[in-house]
Amino acid sequence: MTATMWLRDSWEMVRRNLIHIKRTPELLLDVTLSPIMFVLLFSLVFGGAIIIPGFEEQYTSYLMAGIFVQTIAFAGVYTSVLLANDLKNGMIDRFRSLPMSQSSVLVGRTVTDLFRALLAVAIMWVVGLFVGFRPTDNLVANVAAIGLMLLFGFALSWIGVAAGSLVRTPEALQGIIFAVVFPLTFVSTAFVDPAIAMPDWLAWFAERQPMSLVIDATRDLTIYGEFGPSFIPALLWSVIPLVAFFPLGVWAYNRRTTQ
Amino acid sequence: MPTAMIEAVGLHKSFGDTHALRGLDLSAAEGTILGVLGPNGAGKTTAVRILTTLTRPDAGEARVAGVDVLKHPDRARTQFGVAGQYASLDELLTGRENLEMIGRLYRLPSSDVRQRASDLLERFELTDAANRTVKTYSGGMRRRLDLGAALMLQPPVIFLDEPTTGLDPKGRLSMWDLIAGLAKGGTTVLMTTQYLEEADRLADDIAVIDHGVVIARGTADVLKRKVGGERLEVVIDNPRYLPEARRALETISGESARVDEEDKRVVVPIASTDGVLTRAIRELDSAGVHVDDIGFRRPTLDEVFLAITGRPAEEPVATEEVPA
Repeated sequence: MTATMWLRDSWEMVRRNLIHIKRTPELLLDVTLSPIMFVLLFSLVFGGAIIIPGFEEQYTSYLMAGIFVQTIAFAGVYTSVLLANDLKNGMIDRFRSLPMSQSSVLVGRTVTDLFRALLAVAIMWVVGLFVGFRPTDNLVANVAAIGLMLLFGFALSWIGVAAGSLVRTPEALQGIIFAVVFPLTFVSTAFVDPAIAMPDWLAWFAERQPMSLVIDATRDLTIYGEFGPSFIPALLWSVIPLVAFFPLGVWAYNRRTTQ
Repeated sequence: MPTAMIEAVGLHKSFGDTHALRGLDLSAAEGTILGVLGPNGAGKTTAVRILTTLTRPDAGEARVAGVDVLKHPDRARTQFGVAGQYASLDELLTGRENLEMIGRLYRLPSSDVRQRASDLLERFELTDAANRTVKTYSGGMRRRLDLGAALMLQPPVIFLDEPTTGLDPKGRLSMWDLIAGLAKGGTTVLMTTQYLEEADRLADDIAVIDHGVVIARGTADVLKRKVGGERLEVVIDNPRYLPEARRALETISGESARVDEEDKRVVVPIASTDGVLTRAIRELDSAGVHVDDIGFRRPTLDEVFLAITGRPAEEPVATEEVPA
């Protein structure tokens, strides 16, 4: 198995997923309509009630980094549900019986989800501009912010691959995602300043958990055009899970599909 | 002795407490059709999944075209195609897209991929439906496309897991023609089935399996001979006389008869056909039984199964159902 073959097989799988999206565009609702709703809800409804020191008049600019990362995190872990659905399909047996690179099936899934995340960011960015998002004009910083978010989402996708292969049903995964990821996105620096809004012990956690680090780094980049103190930790919280969960995901998938 | 293109030796596989395979041996010579016959839950699908690298056995050996499927799954995967009861196709892709994707994953050159896909679509009468998504296909069309997918590489060995289960009679006949055509072209075929008629008609060699082991092996004729020679079959006009008919025929045969009340039919095995017919008619007549039909026939594979296992082939074994 050469690298070229691996890339070709993986591209074949991405292409298949893109045809699926083309033929059932409703598969994209979670990365188009939902993020728009979130941007509008938080900036127009809650925005007036939430006070962030230094952002009294520009809550939307503060908010956007939070919504970006939250949406990408959901899109990332949602890979597990999509994969669990793939696994119920007889097509996986066909792929298994072909002399192709088996990990390409998973790469195809996670790379497609990366495109989904990119689409979500693009839509939110534009909608954000209408409701008061004022990013820095530093292009490098903006690109770095998007790159960091996508990398974090890609790592979560691979955690999703492992979870999707280990858990029996997509329904169970929905439950786990709701119980774990949902609180994590809110007990964070996404929407509020934890030091003001939360009890001390919770604020301590909220300020240090990985999602907050990625949000803070994104915020520093998009608003100030700076690589802030959270950037390196955020990068590590993306690269390390990716390196760990890639082989784990492939292993779990192989185990699941050769029973 | 011709080379075995498909070989399974002592396959064992358990799923929790369910022993799907308990020392299964199979082999098929080049260019022949091996029919693997058994009721639901006998282990047929598990055997196919092991031979096609989809499942790892707990013990045993498996080779396809001489390649060890456990040691070299990737090399083995270039030697066979597989089509199953549940067509492994992408519903959202068109028939042509499905075949071309599989061709590219087999790493065929792109011009070959297009040509081969067109040929197969034509051969399986799917040209008109080639650019429709598989979602819109009928059951028979899916099976044909699935078989087409298995043939993209022109592999020397084809595995077919219950290729006609769920098809209407017309679909079944056209699938039978396709399968017979494959073997004629030199492809070695392993086909599982619950239909005795199907195995009888297509297979050069039949392995009857039950509870994960082969319980009988041979050509359809050899298996039939195992169960004894000819049968005398009588259909009478009034079911009230079935006991009399049975007594009369058992006297002639010396063995116990099988009575089918619904069809008003009595069947007994007989050692020799000499003078039997006249004697039977005389005996039945003197017992006051009116005969609608009488004649000799060879045993069916249903009777073969009954004779070997002590129960009819159709009867699914409840305890063997693999939990969903």
